[in-house]
Amino acid sequence: MKIDLTNAALDANALADSVPYCAHLGVTLSVKDGRLVLQMPFSDHLIGNPMVPAIHGGVIGSFLETAAISQVIWETRAKATPKPVDITIDYFRTGRPVTSYAAARIVKLGRRVMNVHAEMWQDDETKPVAVLHGHFLIVAE
Amino acid sequence: MAAAMGKTPFIVSLGGVIDEVGNGRVLMRLPYSGKLVGDPDTGVVHGGVITAMLDHSCGLAIGSALRSPQPYVTLDLRIDYMKPARPDADILFEAECLKITHEILFARGLAFQDNRNDFIARSTGTFMFSRPQGTGA
Repeated sequence: MKIDLTNAALDANALADSVPYCAHLGVTLSVKDGRLVLQMPFSDHLIGNPMVPAIHGGVIGSFLETAAISQVIWETRAKATPKPVDITIDYFRTGRPVTSYAAARIVKLGRRVMNVHAEMWQDDETKPVAVLHGHFLIVAE
Repeated sequence: MAAAMGKTPFIVSLGGVIDEVGNGRVLMRLPYSGKLVGDPDTGVVHGGVITAMLDHSCGLAIGSALRSPQPYVTLDLRIDYMKPARPDADILFEAECLKITHEILFARGLAFQDNRNDFIARSTGTFMFSRPQGTGA
């Protein structure tokens, strides 16, 4: 099943319905002010450190990577899932046990490779929890 | 992130297991399962799965290198994806603590399947102690 983000009325569950790992994370989609925003409600299985408690750094990385890939599919109408080449995640704050949001932008739209930045936040978008930048390879159909 | 995290909920949810840990070195294993799939066309696991396991392996490697347990957090993590993981086969993760300084800790990791020289991904992680050192906190 293809990841279809091309519908005018974007289905919130389009990712989770076609990508099992996105269903595992509980990621849903929405378009706000013309921008694709991903949402990930807190769930106990996302915990990395039960003492704090905090969301696992790998969940944060996965969520940001998903935001970057979704942005590429959404913006370029890619039919095949773009492949990550390399990513760097900078962690600024603890991911608290609340709903997380992420959005991405394509910084350099190459013919084969894209440079994408993504940001994750919780209550306050001006206080990002983590950011990602990376390169993604467009897969020929 | 505490060093004693044998039962981390998210890693348990992925099915990841720790095979070896000690003296700044870690070997983890992740059996293939359907919920890890990132590309529904090919059945290849999501890059985020590799990221999560490498992040965790690097963190554990650091924890196991400390003489006394101290909390630390990830500053940044870089992952290079060399090739997709083959579906239906375990993925192995090997990580080591490279250096512990007064404030900062460095680690690196590899993800591979049959042959560690033909790896799927590699990672470089930088961590910091979450409390200032020398305060006795």
